[in-house]
Amino acid sequence: MTVRLLQQTRLVFVRSSRPWLRSPMALLVGVAGPLVYLLLFGPLLKGTVVRGGGNPWQWFVPGMLMQLTLFGAAYAGFSLIPELRSGVMERLRVAPVSRAALLLGRVISDVFQLALQGVLLLATATALGFRASVPAMALALTLTAVLGAAISSASYTLALKIKEEYKFAPLLSMLLVPLMLLSGVLLPMDAAPSWLHTLSRLNPLTHVVDALRAIAVGHYGSHATLTGAVVAVVLAVLAVAWGMRTMSRELG
Amino acid sequence: MIKVRGLTKTFRGRGNTVQAVNGVDLDVAEGEIVGFLGPNGAGKTTTLRMLSTLLRPTSGEAMVAGCDLLDDPAGVRLRIGYVGQGNGAGADQRVGEELITQARLYGMTRAAARQRVDELLTRYELQGMAGRTVRTLSGGQRRRLDIVMGVLHRPPLVFLDEPSAALDPQSRSNLWQHISSLRDEHGSTIFLTTHYLDEVDALCERILVIDGGRIITEGTPDGLKGEISGDLVTLEPADPAAAAASAEQLPGAREVTVDGATVSFRVSHGDTAAPELMRTLEAAGNPVRAVQIKRPTLDDVFLTLTGRSLRDADANPEPGQGE
Repeated sequence: MTVRLLQQTRLVFVRSSRPWLRSPMALLVGVAGPLVYLLLFGPLLKGTVVRGGGNPWQWFVPGMLMQLTLFGAAYAGFSLIPELRSGVMERLRVAPVSRAALLLGRVISDVFQLALQGVLLLATATALGFRASVPAMALALTLTAVLGAAISSASYTLALKIKEEYKFAPLLSMLLVPLMLLSGVLLPMDAAPSWLHTLSRLNPLTHVVDALRAIAVGHYGSHATLTGAVVAVVLAVLAVAWGMRTMSRELG
Repeated sequence: MIKVRGLTKTFRGRGNTVQAVNGVDLDVAEGEIVGFLGPNGAGKTTTLRMLSTLLRPTSGEAMVAGCDLLDDPAGVRLRIGYVGQGNGAGADQRVGEELITQARLYGMTRAAARQRVDELLTRYELQGMAGRTVRTLSGGQRRRLDIVMGVLHRPPLVFLDEPSAALDPQSRSNLWQHISSLRDEHGSTIFLTTHYLDEVDALCERILVIDGGRIITEGTPDGLKGEISGDLVTLEPADPAAAAASAEQLPGAREVTVDGATVSFRVSHGDTAAPELMRTLEAAGNPVRAVQIKRPTLDDVFLTLTGRSLRDADANPEPGQGE
């Protein structure tokens, strides 16, 4: 049973990865947003934001990693909607395939794509002045992978329920922009009015950004790192469970 | 191969329930090609989706390909092939890779999958297409690819949902040949839904007609045409009124109408009834100048059975039918 699940997950993973592996431009387009911020917004931060006068890149780059993860993974569901409509998912539903494999294979493909984009982002950031050890970068990428799995699962789940691009796109932009702004990706939340600061602390992504920033300055074992890691893992478990449940219910 | 008793499906929406399938009984023997006909909203697609494990029945019993549909849907899935209304291959995928993935999902080894895919691409006139992206195929090629996906794992029973919809005439008759050979050469049992009567005439040995969520009749296409509608006989006799009176006397004659110089009526065996009537009229000094015998179409059968033509039903699909 488990062997079947792993084998089928691998088949679905390879199938989902083929189209984007064949067109590397898609990979670049996905990471272009955060890269533009790094190049055109990053230099403005020099000597401004960071308390204690540290390297502003250590503060800014983790936020861009979050932006990449959030926007990259949240649109994952868009690849499912045409397959729901055309008959691909129907064909897979009639096949003796585990519903979990149908979800997990896709999610792992998205995480793989995000990891490649994350490496590209960190390499560019390093060229611009970001400084972190290889283990720190690996840890940061692992954390974003876990969060990416959560967001991509949630995206597929919403796509399964909503089924139409024209409803899915506005829902995403309604959710993503506040989530991103409230996580303090662009400017520190320290100076925010207290209501905004409270909202920001309620946003789980804030804790993941805080963890990424702690990792970027070498505080691996800090409270912020642990909190962020726990938040990401809990989100991933919840989102994958929700996704599997929806997948078996919607797909029968 | 299929045995269904009292199958029902009720959809519950907000505040209203729709009884889409209302006690269907049906049997399909091994090696048959059976057509499942009905206007949109008749319960045709819902029944097919239940039999292929896509929808769970509300009640009833069904054995499909030797497995119990309710207790062992996984067993049914292994033994059936399903070709839906849409295209089953991902538009961004390559033909060969998509097929091999499908075969591997059914548990074939990589080597067996490769061999089977090569064999089927050739048989379904898709040789040389393995490296092509699915979206670049023509409509007919994509439809053949769908069938290849449905039969990769050699299922003894194949469901086809509107196989030739949206294809041009040439691609349709080509597709029909492939479907026939699936049975003739490979012994598969085929259960297909359609609302194209030419498709039924070209493929099906037996048809089941569903309307209002129930099977309302079944039989061979020719049998149903004969029994239900009968042949339309049109005569031009010297004395139409007298000829009409004689036609009324023929056993089984109905719908006798006089329209100017012509008399028409329906009868089960027009080919033997018409000459007999002509002899009678001739003997009575009422010679017949012209005669025409028209075999009924399945559309006539439909009209007689349901009061609706399949084409009307097609033009005005009823809402509320679960896709």
